[in-house]
Amino acid sequence: MLVVKVDRCLGCKSCELACAVEHSASKDLYEAIKESPAPRSRVSVGQGEGFAVPLQCRQCESAPCVAICPTRALARTSPETPVMLDHDACIGCKWCILACPFGVITLDERGRTIVKCDQCFERVQRGELPACVQACPTGALLYETLDEILAGKREASLVQIRRSIDKTND
Amino acid sequence: MTDHKVPPMKKHRSGPAGHSADPAGQAMLNIAAEEGFEVSYDRYAGMQPQCAFGQLGICCTNCAMGPCRIDPFGDGSQAGICGATADVIAARNLAKRSAVGSAAHSDHGRDIAHLLQAVSREAAQGYTIKGEVKLRKLAKEWAIPVEGRTNNEIAGEVAQAALGEFGRQEGRLRFVSRAPEKVRKRWERMGVVPRGIDREIVGTMHSTHMGVSNEAMHLMMCCVRVALADGWGGSMVATELSDILFGEPKPVASASNLGVLRESHVNVVVHGHEPALADALVAASQLPEVQAACEEVGAEGLQLAGICCTANEILMRYGIPIAGNFLHQELSVLTGAVDMMVVDIQCVMPALASLAGRFHTKLVSTSPKARFEGFEHIEFDEARALDSARDILMAGVRNFARRDSAKVYIPSEKSPLIAGFTTEGVFDHLGGRYRPSYRPLNNAMIDGRLRGVVGVVGCNTVKMAQDEGHLALVHELLRHDVLIVQTGCSAIACGKAGLLTPEAVDLYAGRGLKEVCDAVGIPPALHMGSCVDNSRILTACIEICREGGLGDDFADLPVAGAAPEWMSEKAIAIGFYVVASGVYTVIGDPLPVLGSKAVTEYLTEGMEKDFGGKFAFEKDPVKAARLIIDHLDRKRAALKLAPMIYEPRPAETQGKVWEPAFSEAAK
Repeated sequence: MLVVKVDRCLGCKSCELACAVEHSASKDLYEAIKESPAPRSRVSVGQGEGFAVPLQCRQCESAPCVAICPTRALARTSPETPVMLDHDACIGCKWCILACPFGVITLDERGRTIVKCDQCFERVQRGELPACVQACPTGALLYETLDEILAGKREASLVQIRRSIDKTND
Repeated sequence: MTDHKVPPMKKHRSGPAGHSADPAGQAMLNIAAEEGFEVSYDRYAGMQPQCAFGQLGICCTNCAMGPCRIDPFGDGSQAGICGATADVIAARNLAKRSAVGSAAHSDHGRDIAHLLQAVSREAAQGYTIKGEVKLRKLAKEWAIPVEGRTNNEIAGEVAQAALGEFGRQEGRLRFVSRAPEKVRKRWERMGVVPRGIDREIVGTMHSTHMGVSNEAMHLMMCCVRVALADGWGGSMVATELSDILFGEPKPVASASNLGVLRESHVNVVVHGHEPALADALVAASQLPEVQAACEEVGAEGLQLAGICCTANEILMRYGIPIAGNFLHQELSVLTGAVDMMVVDIQCVMPALASLAGRFHTKLVSTSPKARFEGFEHIEFDEARALDSARDILMAGVRNFARRDSAKVYIPSEKSPLIAGFTTEGVFDHLGGRYRPSYRPLNNAMIDGRLRGVVGVVGCNTVKMAQDEGHLALVHELLRHDVLIVQTGCSAIACGKAGLLTPEAVDLYAGRGLKEVCDAVGIPPALHMGSCVDNSRILTACIEICREGGLGDDFADLPVAGAAPEWMSEKAIAIGFYVVASGVYTVIGDPLPVLGSKAVTEYLTEGMEKDFGGKFAFEKDPVKAARLIIDHLDRKRAALKLAPMIYEPRPAETQGKVWEPAFSEAAK
């Protein structure tokens, strides 16, 4: 899953550019900026009070967008795949945009369908990182499995416990 | 010397991060990878991904309301906070860079003019006026009396006049009148005649301040004009006055690559750009006391070798060998055999400090304008030039004792080359003693023996395999009967690969080019000097026009420029002054303007209507060669020249230039 380290985001928006380039026809920066329709980023950097953070689809397990889609254009084929859009089935009714609690689905005005982060499914299958993760210059965006995340947290937890034990022994 | 923290090299990849088409370069990169030395290529890899806003030229950091960036996909900001659009931001950034490049060359020219003035007053130890012919010729051109006057008297007035170009507040730069009338008329129509060297730089910096010029086309004209103040100003002053001081170069044989360093000798590498320091070091290196000091520490003698343009200056005049070009600066330290590297200005990597700290190499900076963390600063004083040069060399000799022979690895590559070609020298070459003239060169082009002349110049960059751009481009042009003229790191690249020799003619040249080169005894690529000596290419074009038969305008000539591996802001200024003088120029990496459609379109299309020349951006050197060849053919057709006598030489019959040292697998 995509993990965001908020304290590392500098708001540079390199993730937005990389996402757009990745979802362009040419997949090359210099060519993509000439394409028409222009490619659209699926991640957007939000400005909070005193922080910036890239916001993208959370690939919800119980996705409200999937539940509400009248044409089943949004679906997850298996627990391991992201929530994906079937372009041809999307009628642009925008219910999913309204249903998403994170506000990370948007309308592609040129394609007349919705767009949302697909977690760079094809890149991941090739063993590459999602484009935004690759592009982030400070490592604010990470791509880790649930197990890796949990292992990391548990390890940190164990260190804390060790410190507490040492303190009580002193 | 301070203790330099060497950052640990990230071992996240196998093999070297960087690649070089030069086997010696690749060998050193392999060593760097094995031994864990960080070089520029590693930092380039670590810098990925580089900021796309910067690459596109649509990031503005001019004022404290920013920084601002334009969204190239049209969704986010389409203007900076002040309202500047992508067109304005890209043009403004480019104009600033052009000004900096112009400043670098022009400041160098100023220093040469100061030195000439000091020499004329006999206040510069060890320097004399070696280029008397050029002194008198320039004096005549500038209406300075020469009859019955000593060299010092004339030189004093010439220096005064040259210095006056920097502070000029009225009229126009003197050298503007050298340009063909049609070229000048275009500058006048576009409002870009350079008026004063420092004035244009200050004016352009002013125009790029927040809230001053906010029109892309106006900014492009500032960019052009400040570059013209370099090419027809600062750089031309530097070249002419360097010839006066240090002598007009004549063809000279020498060698280049890391193999010129010798384990048996004290190796002193001089790196940077100004010839004053290098010239004094050459003189000092020949002092008997220096030789004696070398023998005392167990060395056979002192080996002086150069990197970058200061190398080219002492190569052109004294045949001092070249250790390498820009990307060789780190690699030379890695040989473990460099006892001292002396630097002055421009293109010096601060990373040398941490690298040298892993060896015994002593790093010395000498210019009041250029300081580096971890370098020892011994300021070069022209008043006691020979003494300070001797002191610097002695420090290098003493450092020989600290060399660890276990760490020494000097690649064996050392290629012979011929350098020392100038605009004036071509007269002698092509015409011989009895009929020095450009007629044979012009005739060769008119008759279809030569397709044209192309200046291949510029830097190295880590964005491609070192030298690959220069070599592949020149290789392709040579088989199409194109005579190559070269300067800077590009000339060094071709020198290392053996292209600057008469032997290269048989290996690479098309039949027509071969006939010309064999008749005259020249290599197919002529080394004309340092980057300020790109002004020689301008003066050569003047002579070609003057000789006649190929039009009376640079824009008519079957000529082109190329900078396949450009890196520096100086290169931006050079590109602009060459294009604005009417010469089509193909560069490798694009100028950082692609985020502005209007600026990109102007530079690559519209500019030709205004200036007779334009840019092309093409990273693939073979495709770049194709663009140039097509351009030359178009010019030939417009001049109604005879068709080419010979078909291009088939590529398979050419000798191989060093093959790219990397393969797809290694990437």
